[in-house]
Amino acid sequence: MHTSVPLTDVEVLRIRNDFPLLAHPVNGRPLVYLDSGATSQNPLSVLEAEQEFYEQRNSAVHRGAHTLAAHATLAFEDARATVAAFVGAREEEIVWTSNATAGLNLLAYAFSNASVGEVAPEARRFALGPGDEVVVTEMEHHANLVPWQELCRRTGATLRYIPLTDEGTLDLDEAARVISPRTKVLAFTHVSNVLGTINPVRDLVALAHAVDALVVVDACQSAPHLPLDVKALDVDFAVFSGHKMLGPTGIGGLYGRQELLDALPPVTTGGSMITTVTMEHSGYLPAPQRFEAGTQPVSQAIAMAAAARYLMETGMDRIHAREGVLAQRMLEGLAGLPGIRTLGPAAGVERAALVSFDVEGVHAHDVGQYLDAQGIAVRVGHHCAQPLHRRYGLSATTRASAYLYTTEDEVDAFLEGVSGVRGFFGVK
Amino acid sequence: MSSLESLYQQTILEHAKARHGGSLSEVAACETSWPAGTGQCHQLNPVCGDEITLRLAVTDGEGGRRIESLEWLGNGCSISMASASMLSDLAGEVSVDELATLIEEFRTVLRSRGTVEGDPEELGDAAALSGVSKFPARVKCAMLAWVAAEDALRQAVATAA
Repeated sequence: MHTSVPLTDVEVLRIRNDFPLLAHPVNGRPLVYLDSGATSQNPLSVLEAEQEFYEQRNSAVHRGAHTLAAHATLAFEDARATVAAFVGAREEEIVWTSNATAGLNLLAYAFSNASVGEVAPEARRFALGPGDEVVVTEMEHHANLVPWQELCRRTGATLRYIPLTDEGTLDLDEAARVISPRTKVLAFTHVSNVLGTINPVRDLVALAHAVDALVVVDACQSAPHLPLDVKALDVDFAVFSGHKMLGPTGIGGLYGRQELLDALPPVTTGGSMITTVTMEHSGYLPAPQRFEAGTQPVSQAIAMAAAARYLMETGMDRIHAREGVLAQRMLEGLAGLPGIRTLGPAAGVERAALVSFDVEGVHAHDVGQYLDAQGIAVRVGHHCAQPLHRRYGLSATTRASAYLYTTEDEVDAFLEGVSGVRGFFGVK
Repeated sequence: MSSLESLYQQTILEHAKARHGGSLSEVAACETSWPAGTGQCHQLNPVCGDEITLRLAVTDGEGGRRIESLEWLGNGCSISMASASMLSDLAGEVSVDELATLIEEFRTVLRSRGTVEGDPEELGDAAALSGVSKFPARVKCAMLAWVAAEDALRQAVATAA
């Protein structure tokens, strides 16, 4: 399954030394942080990159001619090149956004802008209207569902979706039926934030491109955890968030194939994204500046690049291999406990190192509270995926999600914690 | 007693199972109109999916206007379900004004971040939920039924003869 050598226990312990927060006890117990799927922790190099910028380079980027401004601009664009390399893109193909949600909304609104009023000839390919379809999947995070619902509402296009199987995978037979010549956009997640399922991107891209549909991939849960190459996957757009890949909040990336980004209508307009402005009309810069009006989150971009460097130096293939081991340990451990139902692919199937589960007779909120008292941080609720939960007859689950700094001992502490839940709440 | 045990006292776990007043039918919960003197409110906590529909009727008697009945249908964590059950126990014995006062008192305790202890003489078993105020993420769970009752009470009073 994995060809790379997983990070060893010794390497993981060394990695943990780079993360100051992991050493802080919670509720008098050593912290067992299993909520990296929501937000990951930051290594010192990321924290230092942000501080170094403010101490030595802080200035406006892409404005002004003084030395500091030049240094700041250089650092900002170097950061873009680093993050671009991290996902296999060219630097002009990465637009800074505040997070993946913002990236998906940017795309949905850009398609909207291509659908109404006077539209430049090159932007017409993004136009949607009645008779056109946008296809998503039943496993999407609300961030990759609601913006498309709204786009369809605004344009009169129809939203369709690829259903889930009982095993927690996309029904590819149905995908082949749902994706049709009417499909203009196919938007799906690379890795499910609830199921841990790794979707067959190439198969879905082939279906979409066969009907000339644009492919938008939510790479929030893949970019941080596996080697991501947007060119090799041949996707048209992809989004990811800094804070899920060891970076700060408030920064994310939108990848788009250059010819698409340069043709896409702008969304947020204003300073720094224009060529010539008259009182009647404005011309726009090519991507990425075209989509970066106003002052950008500069220090966050630089810190996100530091995070990407940290991950690349550690080795995304080795992180992925390590997480595969942790995923199986979690899954097999939970399978051995009575009254626990896990969602997503069964043990033995490759998946992300996150497991969502239901404890029979105990609400997820109570499970999370019980674990928290032992210093174990997990996520509870619907994880921004209500339709997915409804599909499996649940309203909320508990999710444990690991990362490169998670030890096997932590997984075992978590399993030990879960084994005590039903007893504590008096469920037999 | 650990902080976890103070949050999940035995009486809370028992109420979460017993669900006093949790007898509102699915059919009734879906109704969109109800008789004069009756109010109904649906509350959802979108963070965790806790949900409750609470129906309450008032009646005029010798001692003034009183709560005639309180029923609910809900799904959620033990704190939210226990809280609804405890509220139901209280509501059977009080006037409209007293219930409004109790809801306000309960809210003060829950918002106190551990500085105000509920009075069991006033709040009955619901006083055991005082510890929830130390867990800000759970305050909404405990308040869910009470917020629903507050709104249902307002409607019931507005339409009572």
